[in-house]
Amino acid sequence: MSSTKYILGIFDDPDELMHGIDKLQKNSVPIYDVYSPCPIHGIDAKLGIKDSRLGYAAFMFGCLGGTIMFSMVYYMLVHDWPINIGGKNAFAIPDFVPVTFEWTVLWTAFGMTFTFFFATHLFPGRAPRVMDLRATNDKFIIAIDAKGNTPHADITNLLKEAGAVEVKHNDRKYVSYE
Amino acid sequence: MASHSESIIREPLITGTNITYGQITDDVLRPVENMPGKAWWIGFTVASLGATLWVVAISYTFWFGIGAWGLNKTVGWAWDITGFVWWVGIGHAGTLISAVLLLFRQNWRNSINRSAEAMTIFAVICAATYIGAHMGRPWMAVYSLPLPNQYGSLWVNWNSPLIWDVFAISTYFSVSLVFWYTGLLPDIATIRDRATGLRRRIYSVLSFGWTGSVKTWQRFETVSLILAGISTPLVLSVHTIVSMDFATSLEPGWHTTIFPPYFVAGAIFSGFAMVQTLLLVARKVLGLENYITMFHIESMNKIILLTGSIVGVAYLTELFIAFYSQAEYEQYAFMNRISGPYWWAYWSMMTCNVITPQLFWFKKIRTNIPLAWTLSIVVNIGMWFERFVIIVTSLHRDYIPSSWAMFYPTWVDVSIFIGSIGLFFTMFLLFIRVLPSVAMAEVKLILKSSSEQAKRKILENGHVEPAEAEFYIGSLGKFDSVEQSSYEKV
Repeated sequence: MSSTKYILGIFDDPDELMHGIDKLQKNSVPIYDVYSPCPIHGIDAKLGIKDSRLGYAAFMFGCLGGTIMFSMVYYMLVHDWPINIGGKNAFAIPDFVPVTFEWTVLWTAFGMTFTFFFATHLFPGRAPRVMDLRATNDKFIIAIDAKGNTPHADITNLLKEAGAVEVKHNDRKYVSYE
Repeated sequence: MASHSESIIREPLITGTNITYGQITDDVLRPVENMPGKAWWIGFTVASLGATLWVVAISYTFWFGIGAWGLNKTVGWAWDITGFVWWVGIGHAGTLISAVLLLFRQNWRNSINRSAEAMTIFAVICAATYIGAHMGRPWMAVYSLPLPNQYGSLWVNWNSPLIWDVFAISTYFSVSLVFWYTGLLPDIATIRDRATGLRRRIYSVLSFGWTGSVKTWQRFETVSLILAGISTPLVLSVHTIVSMDFATSLEPGWHTTIFPPYFVAGAIFSGFAMVQTLLLVARKVLGLENYITMFHIESMNKIILLTGSIVGVAYLTELFIAFYSQAEYEQYAFMNRISGPYWWAYWSMMTCNVITPQLFWFKKIRTNIPLAWTLSIVVNIGMWFERFVIIVTSLHRDYIPSSWAMFYPTWVDVSIFIGSIGLFFTMFLLFIRVLPSVAMAEVKLILKSSSEQAKRKILENGHVEPAEAEFYIGSLGKFDSVEQSSYEKV
């Protein structure tokens, strides 16, 4: 039995990589993931990856931040210690707007970004799980799980035909732990 | 598809004949992966001397109190708040480039946003130090927060723009930092995967384990877009609130409704001038001429021209409204600015902000690097004078003539200001040594659609209207990084 764990199709050009995905899909070869140094627009639809739901998280965090700030100002200025400023209404809503807005933005930004980090497992010190070190530089890489996807030579040929400059048969999943 | 061809009549955003993805990485990381050259060391030495001066002057202020400044009982705000507003305003260009231009899909922002955002962060740090320092006892800053206390609790006054400013500036700083750092992750990963040994370990921690998988990029783009969407109103709110520090007072010359839009335009104006000051030097020293092209420089000069004109209209509107209001104190405040003892400050402001930027109507001047750089410095000077004029000339003669006074800065005032510039440049120079000063991933994204070589390929393949081809080749004339003559046979 072959010791190959992952087959990597390494491309110089994102358009050729997209072509490679088409070919693999036509031959019913499932794709594990694609790694690239810059975003490739349209690839998520092609791979059937659902839209990100981070926008909903952002909206919820924004609502939460705005509500917290407005309630806090209301409690302090109207409920806990109303100040008589020339007999004016203590519940001066226009004055609450700037800080409420600021906290809506603050909570949206932090809530959404930390949700992104959490969902994607990004945090300081996380060991990078990289299959090929050039994927953050100048190579666009399709990774195929070798298990169950045989024969490996056919997959290699498919990738080569699509324009892969190199096809690697890796014995370990990630190269970045040494 | 991943990339599409862009209309031929649009000017290229990346010049050079053989730019590959790998070439972009090599070019951008050259200052990060190699020892710095002589120019960097000279700059860093001068800047850190300035930062040292800042440390001395700030320490002196903290030790002896703000009596060390030239303030008196009439002029209670002078170089401190001038410096604060100046630095915050400069910061605004970074957010404008990274957020507003992203929403408008202006791809030319991709190669300047990183350094402009870094500039924002350093400028806001400089601004915040003024706020801390002008409190006299900086540890009292805690009283600007709504924390429970033994006096009741006596809460902060949420009706005051000064409290709004605490929240605006802190939100602005932290959101800018998050935006900047999230954008840095893929580029830090690039450095990590090319480095070895200790460098790799450090950049590995900093990269948060970024891999560049499809889902990561998808989420990354969502986050960038939403951050841009919320940063846009945020940046407008910040300088609006800064202007309300003045506009909600009853001081003649401050108490005007024009302040928020006028301050925001001035902030963008001064910020772009500072971006220009930094990048015109950086592109040369770091060899980034192919990424920060003449198109970028000209576009920024056009924004400087537009916002400078808005500021000019605001100055004239202010004058007219003071006259039209028939309010005696208001009229005096403006007569005093024009012809009072601070006339030289007012006319420096008028010259530097309204008159000289109009030179940018001429294409020859817009695309002349030494002139554009000089004018950017002139704008920075003018915008400093604008804040000085607004603050000091309004305060020094307001209602009661017996209280009228002049403001004379002490060596501490001057040293803190010069020192804060040193501090800013020290941080910026360290930044370009350890982090990529151009967002590599974003430049790679537009390589296949908007680069000179991609457009050249379209020309060579034919199928282009001759008039359009001629227009495009003609537009390349201004680029200092393109040989226009090489297009003769195309």
